Amino acid sequence: MSDEKKADRRQFASGKILKKIMADHFYELDEASRTGSRKVAWCTSVGPAELLRGMGFLVYFPENHGAMLGSTRMSTEVIPSANAIGYSPDICSYLTSDIGAYLQKKTPLKAAYNIESVPKPDVLVFNTNQCRDVKDWFNWYAEEFKAPVMGVHTHRELGDIKGYQISDIAKQIEELVPGLEKVTGKKFDMDQFKEAVEFSRRTSELWRACLESASAIPSPWTFFDATIHMGPAVVARGTKEAVEYYEILLAELQDRIKNKVGAIENEKHRIYWDGMPVWGKLRSLSEQFVSLNTCVVASTYCNSWIFDQLDPKDPFGSMGRAYLELFIVRDEDFKEKYMRDCFEKYKFTGIIFHDAKTCPNNSNNRYGLPERLSRHFGIPQLTINGDLNDLRCYSEEQAKTNIEAFIEQLDERA
Amino acid sequence: MSHKNKSIYVGVDVGASRTKVAVLDSDKNMIGHAIRKSGTDFQQTAEICLASALEMAGVAADKITSTISTGYGRKNVSFTNSTKTEIGCHAKGAYHYFPMAITVLDIGGQDNKVIRLDDRGRRLNFKMNRKCAAGTGAFLEEMSLRLDIPLEEMDALARESTGMVELGSFCTVFSATEVLEKIRQGKKVPDIVKGLFFSVIKRVLEMDIMSGKVVMTGGVVAHNPYLVEMVREISKMDVSTPEYPQLAGAVGASLFAMED
Repeated sequence: MSDEKKADRRQFASGKILKKIMADHFYELDEASRTGSRKVAWCTSVGPAELLRGMGFLVYFPENHGAMLGSTRMSTEVIPSANAIGYSPDICSYLTSDIGAYLQKKTPLKAAYNIESVPKPDVLVFNTNQCRDVKDWFNWYAEEFKAPVMGVHTHRELGDIKGYQISDIAKQIEELVPGLEKVTGKKFDMDQFKEAVEFSRRTSELWRACLESASAIPSPWTFFDATIHMGPAVVARGTKEAVEYYEILLAELQDRIKNKVGAIENEKHRIYWDGMPVWGKLRSLSEQFVSLNTCVVASTYCNSWIFDQLDPKDPFGSMGRAYLELFIVRDEDFKEKYMRDCFEKYKFTGIIFHDAKTCPNNSNNRYGLPERLSRHFGIPQLTINGDLNDLRCYSEEQAKTNIEAFIEQLDERA
Repeated sequence: MSHKNKSIYVGVDVGASRTKVAVLDSDKNMIGHAIRKSGTDFQQTAEICLASALEMAGVAADKITSTISTGYGRKNVSFTNSTKTEIGCHAKGAYHYFPMAITVLDIGGQDNKVIRLDDRGRRLNFKMNRKCAAGTGAFLEEMSLRLDIPLEEMDALARESTGMVELGSFCTVFSATEVLEKIRQGKKVPDIVKGLFFSVIKRVLEMDIMSGKVVMTGGVVAHNPYLVEMVREISKMDVSTPEYPQLAGAVGASLFAMED
C-alpha cells in the first residue's frame, strides 16, 4: 500500500542552530517584555522590520505566533473565542487564532520555551501589503495594550511598479520615524538603519540561494523543510545571526547537491505548491509526499521572504521597492508570469494549489490561474480546500485522497 | 464453469456509505458482485461482501489471484494486495465499459467526482466536491428524512413531476428550509423531489467542463436512474451508465488488480 510506506525524512544538521535562534528570539523578547530592558515593536511579517531593528527595537512577529498556534493545532480550540467577540470565522485565521489565544490566555510559547505570554508591545507597526486583516489585528492589540499603532498602506493588484508608487511607500516608511523616536526616546541613527538593511539584504540573498537549490535534481530539500527553516528569514532578518545561519544551511544544501543526496528517496515527481501551508498538518502532508516519492520542490509562500532589492545606499527607497514588489501585492498577469518562470527553474511536473478558506490573498486558484497554467505547461493541477490554521475547514481524508489520486495521475503520464 | 481455471481478480470499494465488491475473471467478465452498508467495521463488511461475491462467482477465496481495495476505507481491508484511490478506480471502471474519451460523473453517498479521461483512458483532470454535502447522496438522504419519503420512492416521484420547483441554495440546511417554504406554498411533492434531483445535478455539472461522452456512476445514479435522463436533457450530451453504476469503482479496482 503506497501510502503506508514508512516516511524517511532526512533531517538537517543546521536544525540545532535554527532551534537556538528561535529560542533566543523568544527569550530575549520575553525578558524585555517583563523587565522593560528594551523596547518591543510588533511587526507584520513583511513589514518594515529593518527600520525597527535599526532603531534598536526587539521585533516580534504575531504571524509567526499564528503559525505556531497552527502547527501545534491549538488554533482550532482558540479561534471560537475570537469569533465570539465579532471576528468572523471567514477572516484571517492567524488573526482569529492569535486573538483567541490571547483571550484564553494560551500560547504555544509555554510548551516550547516555558514563556507565559506573548511580549507586551511598546508599539505596533503594520504593512497592509499582504491584506487589511493585519491592520485590524494590530488595532485590536493596540487598544488592548494601550500602545501606539502605525503602519504603511500599500497599493494592491499591481502590474508594473511605478516610480511614484515606490516613492510613496518609501515616504510612508520614513514618516514612521518621528513616531518611533517618541517610543524609543532616542534619535534615529541612519548608520544603524543601514546596517540592518545590509544584514536583511544578505539574509535574503542567502535565503533565495537556499530556495533555488531545490532546482537541483534530486532536490536537496522540500517545501516542508523550507517552511521550518524560513523562521530566521522572518523573525531575525536584519541581524547578523540570520546571515550566519543561512550561510551554514546553504553550505549543507550545496553539500547534498554535490553528493546527489535528495530530500526524497527515489524522487519520482516534482511539485510546485501554491498558497499557505496547512500548518496543523505539515508533518502528515510531508510524510504523505515522501511515501509517494514526490518532492514538493518550490512554493510561492517561502519565496515571499526574499527582499534582495534592499540596498543600504538607498535604505528607504529600496525598502519601498522590496515591500512593493512582493508576489502577494501583484496582479494576476504578474503572478502567472512569475509561476511560469518558476516552472522553468524548478522543472516541476504538477502544481498543487491550496485554497485557504480564510486567506483569499494567498489563495491564487480563484481566478482561473490553475487552468491557465495547466494549459500553458501541459501539466496537471490540483486544488485542495483547507486553511492555514482553522482545521474546521479541512477534510484530511479528502485532501489526502486528492493528493494520492493526483500522484496516480502523474504516474499514468510518466 | 468456464472461469474455474482462470485467474480471479477482486476489487473492493469501501465507500463512506456502501461497500462494493466485484469479482472478475481473466477475460474481464464480472462473475460475482455484492453490495453492503459499510457500517462501522469496514474490515468485517469487506469480508462479508467478499464472501457473498465469491459465492455468486462460485470460486473459493484461495483462488483469488490479486485484490485491490479502494474508497474511503481502502486502508482498512486486510486482505488486499494494494490500494488505489476511488478517483482512479471509477475512471478505470467507467473506461472499461466505454473505451473512449469520456467525462465520468460519479455521485456517491458522501462525495462526488468529475473525472475527464482521454481516448486512452488517462486522466486529464479530476475534481471532487468541496467539503459539503451539496450534490451528493447525503443531500438526498437528508431530504428524504425531512420529507418523510423513503429514498427508494424518490425516483418514481420525481418522474411524476409536472412543474419542477427550483431550489437556489448551495447548503443542505438552507435547502431544507427552502423545501419547507415550498411545502407551505402548497407545491406538489413530486415537483419538490424533482427540484431536489435538479439541485444535485446542478452542483455536479458546475464542478468542471464536460467533454466527450458523459458516463455516470455511483450509488445515487444506480438507485435514481431518472438523474441520468435529467443530465442528458440538461446537458444535451451523450450520457450513459454502465450496467451496474454502483460497482464501477470496484470493477476498476479489479482491473487494477489484473495489472498489479
